[in-house]
Amino acid sequence: MIQRSLTLFGGLFVLILLMGWVMGAPFTSSRLVEAAAYALIALGLNIQWGYGGLFNFGIMGFLMVGGAAVTFISYPVNPVFWGSEGPAMLGRALLAFAGGALIVLAARKADRIGITGKWKAALTVLAWFVAYVLYRSQLDPAAAYIESAAGGGWVGGLGGHPILGWVFGGILAAGIAYVVGKICLGLRTDYLAIATIGISEIIRALIKNMDWLTRGTLTVSPIPWPTPLPQDFQAGGMNIATSLLAARAGYLLLALVVLGVVLWLISRAYAGPWGRMMRAIRDNHIAATSMGKNVTARQLEIFVFGSVLMGIGGAMLVSFVQIFDPSSYQPINHTFLIWVMVIVGGAGNNWGALFGAVLLWLIWVVSEPLSKAVFEFVSTWSTQFGWGAIPEIEARSAQMRVFVLGLVITIALRFAPKGLIPEVVKRES
Amino acid sequence: MPLIELKHVVGGYGGAPILNGVNIAIEKSDIGVIVGPNGAGKSTTLKAIFGLLKVTGGTIDFGGENIANSLPDKLVPKGLSFVPQEKNVFTSMSVEENLEMGAFTRTDDFSSTMEWVYEMFPVLREKRRQPAGELSGGQRQMVAMGRALMSKPTLLMLDEPSAGLSPRYVIEIFETIQRVNKEGVGILMVEQNARQALAFASKGFVLASGQNRFTGTGAELIADPEVAKSFLGAEP
Amino acid sequence: MTELIFFTNQVVISGLVLGCIYALGAIGITLVFGILRFAHFAHSELMTGGAFIAFLLASLFAAWGIVTPIPTGFVVLPIAMVLAAILALGIDKGFYAPLRKRGAKPVTLLIASIGVTLMIQGLIRLFFGAGSYSFFETEPKEVFRMDMTSIGSTRPLVITEPQVLMILVTLVSVLALHFFLTRSRLGKAMRAMADNADLAQVSGINTALVVRVTWIIAGALGCMAGTMLALDVTLKPDLAFNIILPIFAAAIVGGLGQAYGAIAGGLLIGFAETLAVFNWTMLLRPLNAILPDWMQLPPTLALVPTEYKLTVAFVILVVTLLVRPTGIFKGASS
Ligand SMILES: Nc1ncnc2c1ncn2[C@@H]1O[C@H](COP(=O)(O)OP(=O)(O)OP(=O)(O)O)[C@@H](O)[C@H]1O
Ligand SMILES: [Mg+2]
Repeated sequence: MIQRSLTLFGGLFVLILLMGWVMGAPFTSSRLVEAAAYALIALGLNIQWGYGGLFNFGIMGFLMVGGAAVTFISYPVNPVFWGSEGPAMLGRALLAFAGGALIVLAARKADRIGITGKWKAALTVLAWFVAYVLYRSQLDPAAAYIESAAGGGWVGGLGGHPILGWVFGGILAAGIAYVVGKICLGLRTDYLAIATIGISEIIRALIKNMDWLTRGTLTVSPIPWPTPLPQDFQAGGMNIATSLLAARAGYLLLALVVLGVVLWLISRAYAGPWGRMMRAIRDNHIAATSMGKNVTARQLEIFVFGSVLMGIGGAMLVSFVQIFDPSSYQPINHTFLIWVMVIVGGAGNNWGALFGAVLLWLIWVVSEPLSKAVFEFVSTWSTQFGWGAIPEIEARSAQMRVFVLGLVITIALRFAPKGLIPEVVKRES
Repeated sequence: MPLIELKHVVGGYGGAPILNGVNIAIEKSDIGVIVGPNGAGKSTTLKAIFGLLKVTGGTIDFGGENIANSLPDKLVPKGLSFVPQEKNVFTSMSVEENLEMGAFTRTDDFSSTMEWVYEMFPVLREKRRQPAGELSGGQRQMVAMGRALMSKPTLLMLDEPSAGLSPRYVIEIFETIQRVNKEGVGILMVEQNARQALAFASKGFVLASGQNRFTGTGAELIADPEVAKSFLGAEP
Repeated sequence: MTELIFFTNQVVISGLVLGCIYALGAIGITLVFGILRFAHFAHSELMTGGAFIAFLLASLFAAWGIVTPIPTGFVVLPIAMVLAAILALGIDKGFYAPLRKRGAKPVTLLIASIGVTLMIQGLIRLFFGAGSYSFFETEPKEVFRMDMTSIGSTRPLVITEPQVLMILVTLVSVLALHFFLTRSRLGKAMRAMADNADLAQVSGINTALVVRVTWIIAGALGCMAGTMLALDVTLKPDLAFNIILPIFAAAIVGGLGQAYGAIAGGLLIGFAETLAVFNWTMLLRPLNAILPDWMQLPPTLALVPTEYKLTVAFVILVVTLLVRPTGIFKGASS
């Protein structure tokens, strides 16, 4: 087992070296930083799915939340917004939101005053409607005002340190995961999958369209780095190529430290009584319930914890690329890809998830240039035969990776359903 | 030659075998009853005959061939039918549709068989358009038996047909079973109401830990003091 | 009157068309779920793939110079449906059947179906690029404008030829499906297997055959839905991938496993989406005449902004899952 893991990681290392040699060090170093962030995200899913058996198909939503959070915290302050009517209007919208929440809560307690059954249901629907209209009546003018020139276009950031942004990404993801988990975790697996996809789509629609808060499709950039940027090194007299490497090495180091700490924490927790309980719940839901363990509370814990990692990972990615573009988020790239990472790597095994994340990210990024090379080769060949060249090679190669991803997951499910580094099954006596 | 004959059948659900050499032989005119403690492998025996689990040893002769490990869609046309103990009706489908499903493997006209079933269970004719899920427990049991009879079986297997029924229905179901048998259908059934069932059984099998403990006519088993003491409980 | 006609154009017709497409897609999902007990995500690709097959056939027809009185897309639909059914059977045989044989859990099949989604989508994009295509490049898209001045409307009632055909074809297919499920031996066997798969097997029902029939229907109806969607808007590689969740919402709202529920759910989601983004001021404008000045209607009065149209389906989906996961027709329980 250990030997197998070592061989696989050794192979991965060789692959990285090979990539550095063929594609160049700047390219490879960037991909490694991203791979570290994805590894963190994959660990989050591994906790949820591998440990807890929870089917989270809304990863994209948590990544977006993390990205929006770090943008908000670390982007420079927008003085126009703060000097305008905007904050006050938003405050009123917030009050309206609170008022709406109170109305809804009150309707839920309607049975106290003898309203039950159908009437209570009708009242609840009405309460939701009133709350919604109340909120919209305050928010819409606020949004329109802020988006106008007088309001500063959008709220801007807080100018805080990016690491604070990462933390905030984790906290925000935790909050959302708590709400989502609270309402959805009772569903059975496939319904949970569909519900979480639905919720992540709702989150995406909100972030994409709340221009006043996130700038939506207008995108925000440049978002500051937590570590020195290449420009900072260049200011110190370093040449461009070296400064790129140095800056990325710094970022990578920070990402690896975060990853290492997280990995250490999870491994410790999983080896202890908490992990034992988790395995008991996952493998034998009913028995665990009858043993009096509070299954739902434990599952909620796991769901929130996993989502925190996703939020932080999402924030790390956004900081790194320095741009927050809500329309660049896709379920394929940001949900399914992570699933493939965990399943191919080995659900239930942190090293497996880690391995899968790095491997799949590398496959994902090289399949485009690789298929382009293949297409170009075939194209020259077919031109020689007089069949003409393959049209639109660029666009087509970009799509190949989606196919490759699908192929990898179907093959893995068929021939290695437990993953490359499978879970080490510990028999509890 | 018996209608069905199990010789030293061994089988299970993948782990350790549950059946460790079961022997059963039934003639066309027989009503065979399997009794035994909980977990003895009674239901498993019927499932093994019906190809619902893996038989790893022994033979099951039916109609002159070894049918061990054949699947139901092959066995039903050969004249074998099975009424499981639980979930034995299609609850969302009407009574008549339930019966039609029993005749799925038949390509000939089965309206006379349906008539025969309705004669046997007149109440089903009344309720033929009603979803089976809305019927009472006893009526459901009739639908289940009716469904199994629609394929015109030569051997009908029933798993605890009287389970959960009120005493009045138990008597009715047992009477129906005897009537079906008189019309030329061999019966092999598992029963918890052992004493009552053995009373009309022509063959009885006491199973424990996946093996025959006693075999004889129904009357012999009731009379056997050891069977009575260990497996049939106190004299009613 | 003008307002009412506007409402009909914007809500009744659009909602019905959208509802038909959702319903046809949701039937496939619900049948597969009823028989095989897993959420088949790749249904979107059966729809998109089917639409591309129909598109290729239509292009062939155009290349051969065959001119048809109705849009070619509808003429080639039967052939495309057959091919899509074969595609669906092939996918099952290649990807799902081996997993089922191994006794894999429904979750594994769900993940496999996502893999299949990615593969087919990758292949479609590989061959057709990421752009969009129209069925109406070589033939005109006929638009019927019915003059409504006789009932006092200055606006005509507008409906396109594909939309009329679409509604008719959906109606016919739903009726055909109804008769298949309630009258034919195989259709009843399908319902039986969805109701109680073990008992269906015990009854001697050829379950492998039922599974095949399920894929054939799912593939054919998926192709129909995809092609009709492409005829109504445009054909692109993520045609159905974008609406797979509303379709799942339709299936779940109707109760997974319930064919009639899927139809009802499809129409419900279709109308809910169009109603939610409808600008009520357009309908209620005459009221401005009697309303006092301070109560004049705002220029736009919609429940949700247009950009949140698809979100409506997700909200309905999530609310259904929470309030009544069995759906309005009591499908497979949680
Ligand atoms: N599907 C299954 N998978 C694995 N083991 C099973 C399965 N069904 C039954 N068993 C095991 O097989 C043994 C015999 O079960 P079986 O149902 O045949 O008992 P039975 O004699 O019918 O008892 P009862 O009177 O309770 O119905 C039991 O130990 C049971 O745990
Ligand atoms: Mg039993």
